[in-house]
Amino acid sequence: MALDKNQIKQVIAKRVAQELKDGDLVNLGIGLPTMVANYIPEDIEVFFQSENGLIGLGPTPEKGQENKDLTNAGGQPVTLLPGGCYFDSATSFGIIRGGHVDATVLGALEVDGKGNLANWKVPGKMVPGMGGAMDLTVGAKKVIIAMQHTQSGEQKILKECTLPLTAKQQVDLIVTEMAVMEVTPQGLVLREIGPDTSVEEVIAATGATLIIPEEVKTFGL
Amino acid sequence: MNKFITATEAASKVKDGMTIMVGGFLGVGSPPKILAALAESGVKDLTLICNDTSFPDKTVGKLIVNKQFKKVIVSHIGTNPETGRQMNAGETEVDLVPQGTLAERIRCGGFGLGGVLTPTGIGTEAEDEKERIKVNGQIYLLETPLKADIALLYGAKVDKKGNVFYNATARNFNPLMAMAAETVIIEAEEIVEIGDIDPNCVATPFKFINYIVGGAE
Repeated sequence: MALDKNQIKQVIAKRVAQELKDGDLVNLGIGLPTMVANYIPEDIEVFFQSENGLIGLGPTPEKGQENKDLTNAGGQPVTLLPGGCYFDSATSFGIIRGGHVDATVLGALEVDGKGNLANWKVPGKMVPGMGGAMDLTVGAKKVIIAMQHTQSGEQKILKECTLPLTAKQQVDLIVTEMAVMEVTPQGLVLREIGPDTSVEEVIAATGATLIIPEEVKTFGL
Repeated sequence: MNKFITATEAASKVKDGMTIMVGGFLGVGSPPKILAALAESGVKDLTLICNDTSFPDKTVGKLIVNKQFKKVIVSHIGTNPETGRQMNAGETEVDLVPQGTLAERIRCGGFGLGGVLTPTGIGTEAEDEKERIKVNGQIYLLETPLKADIALLYGAKVDKKGNVFYNATARNFNPLMAMAAETVIIEAEEIVEIGDIDPNCVATPFKFINYIVGGAE
């Protein structure tokens, strides 16, 4: 049974959430990565940082309860959890660049077997800018890419990125609806496959060469 | 000394060709009245230093639509399609800078530093032709300071001397820019008496503020 687009995103977000540990400070990119916050295991406490200047990102406020001075890095109104705090942009990026963020979860246009990431520019077409992504990928202790395995049938996990890079050799883990892959010095290792696929299908949908260990688990069952 | 001026007077201090810093993150923490007056003033050929170019109908985004900038130095333009259009048409020069590097370059400008060494951007287009410097075996990029003629800022509470309290995520780049410009103008959401802001909560000391615009009324 094929998963619909929303189910695919849920499968990815749930699997990424399992990578987070009690006490982690985490920065989530916009889009799919934001959904990870909905699936944090109940027995752990994770705090989210937003690069526009807060730790303790809370849920979306009810209509009429928005504070115009309190948003996430996408500009949407948010709330602050008890114990949260605010700071300026230099401190915010000191937290990020200084290695104080335990994990960041970001989307990608392309990612490759060496851990290179491209997600800020398609020359001549779309140039949103890098925002905080270059600092996050260099500074966070663990860089997790959360994205659909392919885009309209086109491969996104390549031998070598073709688009301008966001960061060189900084990606640690790639989570898609089809697979969990770890970037290692030997290459990209297939750790797990999704609930609706096979190792052969993952290999066929991946441009980068995958190292297949003897045991490949299945996640999301 | 009396620091109070109107938004129109604030806008008139910005002259053609100047470099301005504008606080705010997607418009949150940007001074709405001063930017509205600046959009009406028709001043042009400005260089903008700001986190982003906001939205087409908001804050600095309106000045983009008015084509008042010859160059923008920002980290993100994705929420204002007009910036991308002007960039591709060669009408406005766009210098994209990683957000943390932008914050540090502004901080350097105000803190009397000659630059900062950062690992951000190595091996990407952000490296451009920047100098690589090795410290204790690790490679960094040398990023140079940014300064401006005028900074346009926004504070939740400003006392009559110019001490500033920023609210929540509206703080962002404002306190950094307050130290990096020749002239600093802050729009206050509320003007309060001297002493009404707990000195522990002053994020920008009065020394940096030249002019105050505003009050809710």
